[in-house]
Amino acid sequence: MVSELDGVPVITTRREEALTGLAGMVSKGLGWARKYSLFQYPFVTACCGMEYMTVGSARYDLDRFGAALPRWSPRQADLLMVVGTVNCKQAPVLRRIWEQIAEPKWVVAFGVCASSGGFYDNYATVQGIDRIIPVDVYIPGCPPRPEQVLDGIMLLQKKIQNQPNRLTANWPRPEAAGRREG
Amino acid sequence: MSKAVIGALVERFPDAVYDAYEGVGGDDCVFVKRDRIAEVCRHLREVERFDLAPYITAVDYLGADPRFEVVYNMLSIPRNARIRLRVKVPEGEDGVVQSVSGVWRGADWFERYCFDMYGIRFSGHPDLRRLLMYDEFVGHPLRKDYPLKGRQPLVPEREVPDIFRGPGPEGRD
Amino acid sequence: MASQNVNELEPVGPAGLDTRATPGSFGAGEPARPLGRDGKPAAPGELDAPLPAKRMVVNLGPSHPAMHGVTRAVVELEGETIRSMKLDIGFLHRGFEKSCENVTWTQCFPYTDRLNYVSSIMNNVGFALAVEKLCRLEIPERARYLRVLTSELHRICDHLTLVGAMGLELGAMTVFLYAIEARDVIWDRLTELCGARLTSNYARIGGVARDMPDGWAEKTIATLDRVAALRDEVDGLLTRNRIFVDRTRGTGKVTREDAIELGFTGPCLRASGEPYDIRKAAPYLVYDRLEFDIPVGTNGDNFDRYLMRIEEMRQADQIIRQCFAQMQPGEIIVADWSYALPPKPQVYGTIEGAMAHFKLVMEGIKVPAGEAYSYTEAANGELGFYVVSDGGGRPYKLGLRAPGWPMLAALPHMTKDAMLADLVPTFDSINMIGGEVEQ
Repeated sequence: MVSELDGVPVITTRREEALTGLAGMVSKGLGWARKYSLFQYPFVTACCGMEYMTVGSARYDLDRFGAALPRWSPRQADLLMVVGTVNCKQAPVLRRIWEQIAEPKWVVAFGVCASSGGFYDNYATVQGIDRIIPVDVYIPGCPPRPEQVLDGIMLLQKKIQNQPNRLTANWPRPEAAGRREG
Repeated sequence: MSKAVIGALVERFPDAVYDAYEGVGGDDCVFVKRDRIAEVCRHLREVERFDLAPYITAVDYLGADPRFEVVYNMLSIPRNARIRLRVKVPEGEDGVVQSVSGVWRGADWFERYCFDMYGIRFSGHPDLRRLLMYDEFVGHPLRKDYPLKGRQPLVPEREVPDIFRGPGPEGRD
Repeated sequence: MASQNVNELEPVGPAGLDTRATPGSFGAGEPARPLGRDGKPAAPGELDAPLPAKRMVVNLGPSHPAMHGVTRAVVELEGETIRSMKLDIGFLHRGFEKSCENVTWTQCFPYTDRLNYVSSIMNNVGFALAVEKLCRLEIPERARYLRVLTSELHRICDHLTLVGAMGLELGAMTVFLYAIEARDVIWDRLTELCGARLTSNYARIGGVARDMPDGWAEKTIATLDRVAALRDEVDGLLTRNRIFVDRTRGTGKVTREDAIELGFTGPCLRASGEPYDIRKAAPYLVYDRLEFDIPVGTNGDNFDRYLMRIEEMRQADQIIRQCFAQMQPGEIIVADWSYALPPKPQVYGTIEGAMAHFKLVMEGIKVPAGEAYSYTEAANGELGFYVVSDGGGRPYKLGLRAPGWPMLAALPHMTKDAMLADLVPTFDSINMIGGEVEQ
């Protein structure tokens, strides 16, 4: 069992303390900037596309989350929203588009067909896009209600906020008790 | 009115057309030989004015001989009449039907679909290749002996160890 | 400087520039002269001649912004003109026919929902009519009215989606927002009725799944008024809009004979001038008791196809109001327990009810062996279901004639020798819905 005391640094230098505080602030700022400016690549295939259109429209506005602007080139996007069924013929296309998006990138599986194949368990459909690309947030539903989609986006935003980032990954951190290398 | 059309067909092509019957709901249907279907369709389009491109589909009667059947559902807009033509097709080398894409350009993709899904070949078709499935796919999916879950993935699948995979006939479902 | 003979100038001019390096440049004091080929003055008319170009093959890939399902178009361009186009489809093929062969008849309804996913109820009704034709079933009056009513509501949704998407892709984004808002309010009503906004799963073999909730009729009429206001707004923004008309009038023209030969049905056929509508030619359900008009176009271009949709929305509105006026209370599904689930008190109370329920759920409806083709006028054209049964509880074959199929197949013909920019409104106006075309 890990108790709170295990995480308490035994000896910290003032430099380490300052850098940890700064790393925390930078992480928070970076997370804030990333989560409120999602450039989505809407990989729309099927019926979920109708709900995607609704989520982007006036009533269930996706723009207030900063995520409204679809970028139709994978080079300019960072959120790959796979909306609808992906079948075996489409799979290489999806893989290539995912590879073309630059880090940091996130993938949202919108709808049951993208999450797990839906009820199309047959010769043509990929049983969930996580068989091809790693997924961050799954939004089930056939099709999901727009409120559900917004909930999924907010979940993704929370994940982005807490994500470790490459900028502060190598900054020195204070060692905790029992974890010093010998 | 459709019965009159069927009657006229039987009279005009007694050796190509056989077994006229009235199906469920008043549909008038007749069987046609697979090497005369283009001629019959040309007559239907030019004389009987069945000018709308028909809906062509195929059925796999596994166990029957001949195994496949290509069904043409036709509509004549000026006469407001509908008939159905059924063409029996054996499997294997003989399984070739005359193409009607020379009569209606709109029949082209329907025949490609029948080829893609059932493997029925159409002679005289300008571009007979797969329509919905990808070229690397082996087999014809809608045949009754093709397994429902017979996936042929194009992209190697990732290992996702923490997701429950249900049972499936192909080992890895 | 005064005009000097170019050939007498020093090759190295001021600031070390080579005055002969860029023929036609004016910086070295050469007199201006019209550009022609090989440094000679241009012949009259040569300036207007098109530049010779190589044909370029461009791939409009399966994932592209037109949001009309996934279609890959390989276009051979000469300048801006499309010389030929090859379509590669199948990126949304989900195995509808094969899936339906492995489930019971009632379990096919969700699969049919997702064919034309903007007007799902029409798919449900089409399939139900095909199976009822094979079973020789007569469905109750109220069920018929409910089917017609909901079908027309979804027809309005389909046309709104098309008009909105067409506006969006030609640059009118406000029209898209209005159309989606109108579609949303209709979906709110349908949620109250069917349980789902989009994929309704409403029809059953023998009738419909559930009856209208209390007060739904009044709410729907109010919704129709709101939709009519939004539709008139959209109409006012697009129909006399200079840019919209310039881009859609005269593009994607299909003559009447061509349209029939290529297999067009529905609004695209009527836009080309052929007044064929299944609701008038072979009325089914209660369409023979309703009064409505069929709009018919003259030119067969994109603008006419758009006008068909706007007018059909008006007619659908009229149909729905008449349905509400004419509908009487009654049964919504046949009383025969070999087709319809028995009511719950019978299922829990009587042996016959429990047995009937069990057999229907586990084995499916026993449809007599045979084959039937049934056709309805869906939002996009003739939606046909060719049903083959072997007497069991599962379909033996369920063939679908998608209304958008012939239109998509004809796209290369329609865009031959058109400009690349004309491909966008043409693709929009044929209303290709990926789910139904790629089954």
